[in-house]
Amino acid sequence: MRITLNGRVEERSPTTRVADLLPDPRGCAVAVNGQVVPREHHAAHLLADGDVVEVVTAVQGG
Amino acid sequence: MADALTIAGQELSSRLLLGTGGLPRLSLLDDVLDAADPGLVTVSIRRTSGTGPGSLLDTLQRRGIRILPNTAGCLSAREAVLTARLAREALETDWVKLEVIGDEASLLPDALGLVEAAEELVRDGFVVLPYAPADPVLARRLADAGCAAVMPLGSPIGSGLGLLDPLAVESVVAAVDVPVVLDAGIGAPSDAALAMELGCAAVLAATAVTRADDPVEMARAMRLGVDAGRAARLAGRIPRRATARASSPVLGRVG
Repeated sequence: MRITLNGRVEERSPTTRVADLLPDPRGCAVAVNGQVVPREHHAAHLLADGDVVEVVTAVQGG
Repeated sequence: MADALTIAGQELSSRLLLGTGGLPRLSLLDDVLDAADPGLVTVSIRRTSGTGPGSLLDTLQRRGIRILPNTAGCLSAREAVLTARLAREALETDWVKLEVIGDEASLLPDALGLVEAAEELVRDGFVVLPYAPADPVLARRLADAGCAAVMPLGSPIGSGLGLLDPLAVESVVAAVDVPVVLDAGIGAPSDAALAMELGCAAVLAATAVTRADDPVEMARAMRLGVDAGRAARLAGRIPRRATARASSPVLGRVG
């Protein structure tokens, strides 16, 4: 299946879960299709073909 | 602590708030934070680059400093609300510096989008500190919407032009009961001192410190500026007069 991860289209296995995208979830957050996926759901949340996924963290900023 | 700044029931240790953007080297951050001793620091939320959590968060969390994520770069209420929710999840804080930018060249806020996003985030339990034009009517609307503070701009972000309209900033201070934090446009400690003299509860400086020739020394200077301005505000400055008023005795002059 294809997902869009941080603006890039990627081919992923259909069994990919949110947790698989995050080797180290500290300080990170994930939204799928514009909805935040809470940390406690990362391991269970199965991604679907066409999902748009954003993975963010804190950077230096004013 | 005497004369502490309190926002949303939380006492902050300092009236100087610091943005972390613009430092030439992250290795300067510790020294800048030592010199500025800020009440909180702001960070931005961006897509990960695959390197995992950087030393920025490590440094801030090790120091135990309060982190205020911003929604910098968001061009709509929808983007800002999603960014705030991601920030809450990533950083485990309900606090957000709300920016809804209306124009990418001037980086001026979109007042309508700001109110819309503020209302939604307050309903969602956020402590919202909106970056806003220095407009007393808008400031009151934002305070009425439940914002914990308002952050009027002195001049455009990163411009270093200082407070272009001090009367407007003063009128924002008079218009709302929540703390007023002067945000954007600070170029030098004198600007920060002026903001505090006008009654602002705090000053947020970023570029003025991080892009100074010597960020650490400027951090120290900015802290002195904020402290001087606050002390002057509490001391009560003399009224301005159009004519002279001798400070030496008139009686007993020679001749």
